[in-house]
Amino acid sequence: MKKKLKRLTEMNLFMPVICLLAVLLINVITTPGFFRITMNQGVLYGYIIDVINRASELVVLAVGMTLVTAASGGQDISVGAVMAVSAAICCQILSGGEASVTSYQNSMILAVIAALAGAALCGAFNGFLVAKLNIQPMVATLILFTAGRGIAQLITKGQITYVRVDSYKTLGGYLGKSPVPTPIFAAALVLLVVWLILHKTSLGLYIESVGVNSTASHLVGLNSTMIKFLTYVICGLLAGVAGLIASSRIYSADANNIGLNLEMDAILAVALGGNVLGGGKFSLMGSVIGAYTIQSLTTTLYAMNVSADQLPVYKAIVVIVIVTLQSPVFRKKMKTLRGKGGGMRKSKERAAVKGGNQV
Amino acid sequence: MENEMVLDMHDITKSFPGVKALSHVDFTLRKGEIHALMGENGAGKSTLIKVLTGVYELEAGVIRMDGKNITNHSPQEAQRNRISTVYQEVNLCPNLTVAENLFLGREPRKFGLIDWKSINKKAAKILRKLRIEVSATQDLEECSIANQQMIAIARAVDMKCKVLILDEPTSSLDEDEVSKLFALMRDLKKQGVGIIFVTHFLEQVYEVCDRITVLRNGELVGAYNTEDLPRIKLVSRMMGKDFDDLADIKSLYKQKDYTKAETIVRAEGLGRKGSIKPFDMTIRKGEVLGLSGLLGSGRSELVRAVYGADKPDSGFLYVHNRETKINTPLDAMKSGMAYLPEDRKRDGVIADLSVRENIILALQAKKGMFKPMGKKEMEEAADHYIDILQIKTPNRETPVRSLSGGNQQKVIIARWLLTNPEFLILDEPTRGIDVGTKTEIQKLVLELADQGMAVAFISSEIEEMLRTCSRMLIMRDGEKVDELTGNQLSQDGIMNAIAGGED
Repeated sequence: MKKKLKRLTEMNLFMPVICLLAVLLINVITTPGFFRITMNQGVLYGYIIDVINRASELVVLAVGMTLVTAASGGQDISVGAVMAVSAAICCQILSGGEASVTSYQNSMILAVIAALAGAALCGAFNGFLVAKLNIQPMVATLILFTAGRGIAQLITKGQITYVRVDSYKTLGGYLGKSPVPTPIFAAALVLLVVWLILHKTSLGLYIESVGVNSTASHLVGLNSTMIKFLTYVICGLLAGVAGLIASSRIYSADANNIGLNLEMDAILAVALGGNVLGGGKFSLMGSVIGAYTIQSLTTTLYAMNVSADQLPVYKAIVVIVIVTLQSPVFRKKMKTLRGKGGGMRKSKERAAVKGGNQV
Repeated sequence: MENEMVLDMHDITKSFPGVKALSHVDFTLRKGEIHALMGENGAGKSTLIKVLTGVYELEAGVIRMDGKNITNHSPQEAQRNRISTVYQEVNLCPNLTVAENLFLGREPRKFGLIDWKSINKKAAKILRKLRIEVSATQDLEECSIANQQMIAIARAVDMKCKVLILDEPTSSLDEDEVSKLFALMRDLKKQGVGIIFVTHFLEQVYEVCDRITVLRNGELVGAYNTEDLPRIKLVSRMMGKDFDDLADIKSLYKQKDYTKAETIVRAEGLGRKGSIKPFDMTIRKGEVLGLSGLLGSGRSELVRAVYGADKPDSGFLYVHNRETKINTPLDAMKSGMAYLPEDRKRDGVIADLSVRENIILALQAKKGMFKPMGKKEMEEAADHYIDILQIKTPNRETPVRSLSGGNQQKVIIARWLLTNPEFLILDEPTRGIDVGTKTEIQKLVLELADQGMAVAFISSEIEEMLRTCSRMLIMRDGEKVDELTGNQLSQDGIMNAIAGGED
């Protein structure tokens, strides 16, 4: 039993899950009806549904951010701006240049493909700077971080473009008679696709290998530059997907507000997931759990009537606690505290292992 | 006075998850002695040093200095207790000047500001006293590795250390630099500093050391006066068995005539500006080709050009007599080459990944991203090589970083053997590795060649090359200058060729 518990606590996802549970616990205490789900007009309502729904964009971003972090040991801070670019491209094509339309002016498929291509192009630009020119990720992506929203403004000609067509609201709303919001499906689908790519090809192994030691990876025949580049393209593309979801929610392209400050939450999600921001081994699930943790935190604070301006302060406090809990120094301290109790048993175990080695 | 004890470590025990790294080890150091700490990889040398210097926490045992009990919780604390360490990789700041490095963290001050004049003056004085030929004001990165190491030592000495630990200081030095380092060590000895010298080179131990402490499997074998312990006894103490197969492994394999064997790889005028002048080279099936020369003579650069690690800018390469363009390592791997790099830490292991992942990585890269190996296939491959190369690891999912150096090297050898290469390049495969593993690797090389693999072998130890190689290229100043075969292959013959025998 004790052994099982020990193995459980040493699992990589242990701390992220504990953090999520802790935040959820606070939620239940402060908002007794947190887990209550009701059916209203054929769709599901409730705080928890809201958290999972609202977290979708963040989950999608966190997946891309995880890959970039693992391969290049740096973060893409332009994802929020790239969301705005993707939304702007999509809405502008659909509206055919008008500020507000009630029917599509161009094909939906064309608009979506163009938007995603634009986002992937942004990712490719970042990837080129980081992988080929060896510019620090934070600096390289700073360019689109600042310029991205400007580009989105240029595309929409400085206005907020509205697409008031019901089918455009599907992605951010509800699909047919489904009681579950579409973003949840979108996030799950993205996660599934990326997971499949990582596990059905050896990209996952390549990314970790390059992230840990890029020169050694080059010498075993991996194209380190290409792999880093690829993660940025994927990250850009996923930011595009997140942009479309966000745009569909408000059936418009608001260049100034779509995905605002979301890049920081995405980086935070990666860190909360127990991933090392310096690159190397990564856990996709960790980042996803991190994303949901952040969103439940935000929702709690709103439910506690904290105003939007003060939100970051409270968020920061909780983040400090969580990050401290996960820091290596703290974990080591905990380990030595625990170790004092179980010292005898451990040394016996070691002796046994050693005996096995000698045979 | 001569026998005065500086350091007394008693009954030291230290465990890591799954391994007992040290068990009841005693170690003593006298004033003004050079004391060799010997043992195979994983014997517990580094652990003992790290416990002493506070990198690892002391689990059980007593450390006494000048009769007083001390416990170091960090290297800084150890330094305050007058214990300094100089590692193989110098831990100084390359972009600061020599003087700044010497006084980093303890700069002489004047009115609260750093007194630059006196820093440089004091530094120059120290350098002169220790006969280190660098200027106090030049940047550290401009100094040779040997000088950087001596500067690190000078820093330790100036901090009035009583115990100086030199951890594998000679691995990256050439003979001339080594003898300079030894002169410095003897100087310090006269000043009464106790020196702990960790090394793998037997000759060096007998050249400078007064006493030898031998560890094996985390246990103390014994402490001896150097003159009481002949070389062969030392080796057998380290390995824990009578040791006689080192001398005659080569005789196991009959000398063959390779001149008629099938050519695997041929280079014609291959070169790369600034690193290796155009050279010709032929390697045939089943032979072990040695590349000999001083450090920096271009032996690594030559093989790197063949392997595509540094893209060559002139000449041609033929694999099986067909011209082949090799621009990247992947091209080389696809034409049947494998390359074990010189710097294991920097270019070899992927430290955080598991033993399994490290082993299958090259084969996976060769297969390509869209043909991932199955779980079972990977596990079988890993287990197979862990078994036949006797890699000591708790299990195949252990991160490779937690293995000892020799076992890490075996993992990389496994990685390349798995790709089933025709031409295996080994650049210093035995550097920093214990004697036992060294012999295993030498045997393995001969075995592989016997099975028909062509092997290029680079080593700084001529003896080792003589044992394994059937032909040898001699390198000097980035150029291939000679090729020796048959009875030209002798210690003298090679030395002469390296030095340039014309005059």
